Amino acid sequence: MAVRQWSEASARERIAPFCGEPGGLLPALQALQSSFGAIDDRAIDLLAGIFNLSRAEVHGIISFYPDFRRQPSGVHTIRVCQAEACQSMGSHALTEQVKRQLGIDFHETTADGRFTLEPVYCLGNCACSPAIMIDEATYGRLDPDRLVSVLNLYRPAGES
Amino acid sequence: MTVKFYIARETSARSVGAEDIVLQLAQLMRQTDPDFEIIRHGSRGMAWLEPLIEVDTERGRVAYGPVTPEALPDLVAAEFYRGKPHALGRGLTEELAFFSVQQRITFRRCGLVTAGSLEAFCAHEGFAGLERALGMSPQQIIDEIDHSGLRGRGGAGFPTGIKWQTVADTPADQKYVVCNADEGDSGTFSDRLLIEGDPFALLEGMAIAGRAVGADAGLIYLRSEYPLAREILHDAIRAARAAGWLGRAIQGSTFDFDIDVRIGAGSYVCGEETAMLESLEGRRGQVRYKPPLPARAGLWQKPTLVNNVITLATVPAILTDGADAYAQWGTGRSRGTLPFQLAGNIQRGGLVEAPFGLTLRELICDIGGGTASGRPVRAVQVGGPLGAYFPESLLDTPLDYEAFAALGGTLGHGGVVVFDDTVDMARQARFAMEFCARESCGKCTPCRIGSVRGVELLDRIAVAREAQRSDDIERNLELLDDLCMTMVDASLCAMGSMTPNPVRSAVTYFSDDFRPAGA
Repeated sequence: MAVRQWSEASARERIAPFCGEPGGLLPALQALQSSFGAIDDRAIDLLAGIFNLSRAEVHGIISFYPDFRRQPSGVHTIRVCQAEACQSMGSHALTEQVKRQLGIDFHETTADGRFTLEPVYCLGNCACSPAIMIDEATYGRLDPDRLVSVLNLYRPAGES
Repeated sequence: MTVKFYIARETSARSVGAEDIVLQLAQLMRQTDPDFEIIRHGSRGMAWLEPLIEVDTERGRVAYGPVTPEALPDLVAAEFYRGKPHALGRGLTEELAFFSVQQRITFRRCGLVTAGSLEAFCAHEGFAGLERALGMSPQQIIDEIDHSGLRGRGGAGFPTGIKWQTVADTPADQKYVVCNADEGDSGTFSDRLLIEGDPFALLEGMAIAGRAVGADAGLIYLRSEYPLAREILHDAIRAARAAGWLGRAIQGSTFDFDIDVRIGAGSYVCGEETAMLESLEGRRGQVRYKPPLPARAGLWQKPTLVNNVITLATVPAILTDGADAYAQWGTGRSRGTLPFQLAGNIQRGGLVEAPFGLTLRELICDIGGGTASGRPVRAVQVGGPLGAYFPESLLDTPLDYEAFAALGGTLGHGGVVVFDDTVDMARQARFAMEFCARESCGKCTPCRIGSVRGVELLDRIAVAREAQRSDDIERNLELLDDLCMTMVDASLCAMGSMTPNPVRSAVTYFSDDFRPAGA
């Protein structure tokens, strides 16, 4: 996903379809995050003005939903399922392995800016557990070897 | 004769490499027998066989799976494309034991028709229910749904006919149909399979619902974790509009109905209907006080019908075949079928649509083949993270709403998660509280604070267990039970009031895991 530098003009353009729309704040936030990689402080001011809300209200909405972030993520976001079906198939060990291989904990980004690690509670792939999601691709039936080869798909060639 | 292959375009199949198999198969076949076609249908529900290739033969479809890139050249060499035998061959799909108890009503087309093709949908009785509904009065439609005995498949099991009647009877200048596709329960994926495999069935069901209750606007609240479902749904809505099945004056009638999709933002509690309405209105997903019921004052305070994907997608079948055809299945007050989802540590996991009344043991052992690990089944959680854990001794419980409620459990959305004997049930109980603490919307105290206290109590119990302090354990278990009672009685919604289900059932049926080893 190409992430662009903040610009109020392009932000306005991006959220224009949702501005007159009742309940348009969530789609607007989603559009801004997909454009800029995170919800910028300036986006909060902008949205508060457009939707006639206080900055605190906009902040409250952003902080309620796990999908929204205030800091840009790495190039790829890895979400490891922590829910029951995956637990029954060894997601605890898988989670430890992912953390070890990336050298980071949940909600952190690798030093090279490549991967951000997040927990997720169910990817709906429960008959092929344990599962992870990288960006918008779900991977199932992960064992230690398969995890390594999946992660390598997202590394530049020659690095592993 | 053209060789026809069927490979699902579906998230689980993709998650284990189906897209690579499609590319590789096409390449191999071009060199072998270029007269072939790869058809991308929805899932047949056999997740354990994915990536699954079905080959069309005179006898019917023959199944091969799970296919690996390494095995593919060998399959082609063995002429599997003519239905010939191979070690990965499973025989005729329809004759597999996995289908023996199934009665596919909601999922009648899923896996059989090209996912997202309006033409294929229409060729298989698609929109027949809506066509019939257009010739009926709204009250006749509601009566038909009422007679079918259909209950809400999202989890609460509320009679669908009564809900529809309430919305229909509430006068307003504007009403809405909201489809709950925020399938957040662990162990459930039937909403996703339905949307990915037969999206028009959902659109048809929503239009019928709109006609019955007097709504011209539909909204689907889809969770963000389902990007493929989102893509398929958007395409389906566009195609349905272009063909006059959505929009103004549907098929030349006086009925207008259109549907929009909204994407969730990772919050579990937004699957609760009033939290979902708040989220749709652009606010924090906090639960509303009831009354008023959403059926009277829901989205933007207008009468709103909120139904789950499976409930709505079952409606066209009821309208097409009649209420009696649906109500003949099932047991007691649980009529029809439920798409059960076999998940977790299970050998043959996937979607099993069967009439109510099947036992948990038949589902897990006969259909599912026991655990994937080959170890004994120790615990089964039915109905998602708010569902009770059942021990092996209760596996003969019939799967119907009342039988589960009587045991302090819930069928929920039909998810069945199997654990083998390595599971630590004290850890699972702690997870239930931890999950509630994480996902609580924060509006009511029993849920917001109770869940945090619950985690602390279970941590104290774990420490006391380690130190072999039995009296300490008993004291804290008593407090935990007290806390659970408060959460059950005083929480605003199911998040807080049902989190005690997994906790209490773990303590009741797996008490060894909470007490000192050897005690």
